[in-house]
Amino acid sequence: MTTDTLTPSSPPADNPVSGIDQSSGNFSYDVKYEFDAGSGLSERTVDYISAAKKEAAWIKEFRLKALQTFYAKPMPTHWATAELNEINFDKIRYYLASGQKPKRTWEEVPEDIKRTFERLGIPEQERKFLAGVEAQFDSEAAYSNIKEAVSKQGVIFVNSTEALREHPEIFRKWFGKVIPTGDNKFSALNSAVFSGGSFIYVPPGVKVSHPLQAYFRINAENFGQFERTLIIADEGSEVTYMEGCTAPKFSTSTLHSAVVELVALKGAKIQYITVQNWASNVFNLVTKRGLAHEEAEIKWIDCNIGSRLTMKYPGVVLKGRKARGEVISIALANDGQHQDTGAKMIHAADETTSNIVAKSISVGQGRSTYRGLVHIPRHLKGCKNNTECDALLINSNSRTDTYPAITVRGDANRVQHEASVSKVSEEQIFYMRQRGLTEGQAMSLSVNGFINDLARQFPMEYSVELKRLIDLEMEGSVG
Amino acid sequence: MSSLELIDVRVSLGEKEIVKGVSLTLNSGEVHAIMGPNGTGKSTLAKAIAGHPDYTISGGDIRLDGKSILEMEPDERARAGLFLAFQYPSEIPGVSIANFLRAAIQSHLGEGEELDATAYYKRLYQKMDMLKIDRKFTSRAVNDGFSGGEKKRAEVLQMAMLEPKFALMDETDSGLDIDALKIVAEGVNQLRGPGLGVLLITHYQRLLSYIVPDYVHVMWDGRIVKSGDKSLALELDAKGYDWVKKEFVAA
Repeated sequence: MTTDTLTPSSPPADNPVSGIDQSSGNFSYDVKYEFDAGSGLSERTVDYISAAKKEAAWIKEFRLKALQTFYAKPMPTHWATAELNEINFDKIRYYLASGQKPKRTWEEVPEDIKRTFERLGIPEQERKFLAGVEAQFDSEAAYSNIKEAVSKQGVIFVNSTEALREHPEIFRKWFGKVIPTGDNKFSALNSAVFSGGSFIYVPPGVKVSHPLQAYFRINAENFGQFERTLIIADEGSEVTYMEGCTAPKFSTSTLHSAVVELVALKGAKIQYITVQNWASNVFNLVTKRGLAHEEAEIKWIDCNIGSRLTMKYPGVVLKGRKARGEVISIALANDGQHQDTGAKMIHAADETTSNIVAKSISVGQGRSTYRGLVHIPRHLKGCKNNTECDALLINSNSRTDTYPAITVRGDANRVQHEASVSKVSEEQIFYMRQRGLTEGQAMSLSVNGFINDLARQFPMEYSVELKRLIDLEMEGSVG
Repeated sequence: MSSLELIDVRVSLGEKEIVKGVSLTLNSGEVHAIMGPNGTGKSTLAKAIAGHPDYTISGGDIRLDGKSILEMEPDERARAGLFLAFQYPSEIPGVSIANFLRAAIQSHLGEGEELDATAYYKRLYQKMDMLKIDRKFTSRAVNDGFSGGEKKRAEVLQMAMLEPKFALMDETDSGLDIDALKIVAEGVNQLRGPGLGVLLITHYQRLLSYIVPDYVHVMWDGRIVKSGDKSLALELDAKGYDWVKKEFVAA
């Protein structure tokens, strides 16, 4: 294997965004990618990425092994949708970077990138208020800022490359341990080509008062985004992380496949909040899992809007006694979209509790699937799980499926499962229209009402953004 | 001064004609009651005027201030000043009355006009006091788990806030005990005035003891078969609908 022709110093053959009709996408600016691994996936691609990042040998080895696992694993179409076969791995670009070092202050961020952020509607004041902003622009973070107070507390908040290079003693221990490479085909893919994402370490007892936040988006056609996130909350610490994405519309399918690992050590609390709004051609195949030690708490709040297909089942492994896991999930599937989402709760210690609340909305031909896995083995005592999943259908063509897999053994544990399917009735829409609301506004209000109890758990700015996204989706769904 | 004119209005549900030619002019400041036994087309008429998608206007015309509204969407009719107080108001889980009303009022404003939130709440609380509604009421989801009386009061509250030109009140008395009926009727009476025309649809005379109409119309088999003043309601109460029916058949 030779990397002679693929050293990072050699410029890319062509600009990946050239030839794209810039007017048809919502917003895409001509970014000069300094590093580009080209399209298609091979060992050379992996070598290139590793070299561009000046990675340690162990990481490169990790990547190459993962690539073999990816090749070896079949598409999981024996249980998942055959839509996965539409992904053409040869046409995807696996690595692009604007070649910039992550920025510390807003002033240092290049103008064209700022312009894109403006178009994404990230309010100025949010940047100021939020403790740390790690905004990922394509493969590398274009901008990152940790509020002084946070770093003074000893919190490390960097991208994956910097974390593995500068702080291997902290991150290597858990990297790829919560979600092993071979967990599934897409976690293997991510492990081979990962780039960007956030690595966070919170020292013992530190309570990060402001949520840490990252925005990222896809900005080039056929460009896969494979960010990798690892959050370690040391004993008794607390942290909230928020991620949100918007992607411009492009005609060819785009792949997003992230891996997010959380580790909450004894008594620690991690809350991970996602609001994702992908363009309707994006395959969003994400593996998210947390490991909760004794008396630790991990909460996933996950909201999925858009995409061609989303497959995502945030999970918590409840490893220590009295650990708590929670998944709050909202999915909206519009015409031509499939939201295949859910949650996994693996109870592995006594007196562990888990809670799953999943709400899905299917509009038009949109399809929602809930998959849940709750596992409580026989030898455990005092474990509890509560699962609620509610589906809302808007018009008769929508489809919704529920696949709960609950394995509870032993009689000292308690499980509760509730599921409901409801429809936005014509009567309800007429009632609202009679008060002056348009059909779109009426639907939007119904949907917002349906998720209201969950949306209230989001931080203010996210619930506002969520409402705005739903308004836009519903507006577009009315003929 | 506004007018709502029904000109030989015919309404069908699918193939079946339910309202078979109703003519009636309602002016601002007037209260008209339409009475009649069940299944004579009273509620159908009210819903059809509001533009319910299940019903087709198969003949005639409905004019608001001289202009036909038949081509208007239900929400356009609402914004033009028509209000329907539903017999069975829909539940909207998760949407509070305060937020729902806010969205409704906002929809009546012109483009670029923003609702003044402080003024809105001030007015909302005023109307609620008038209708003897507890302040906590507005944070409850619209009609979700409401008693019959609460639902009807919520309808009158919305009517008070939206200030329509014409209110079509469909069996507002149904499902109410006498105390709830009095409160709702009192609310409607307070809203009566030169700017509002009311079409009261009711099965029973008892509502009309509390909301005294200017005109009473009796509907039977999709037609208005007798009209008169408020004394007609009392006569009906004494003699029953069979009396009108016999008179109509004889004619």
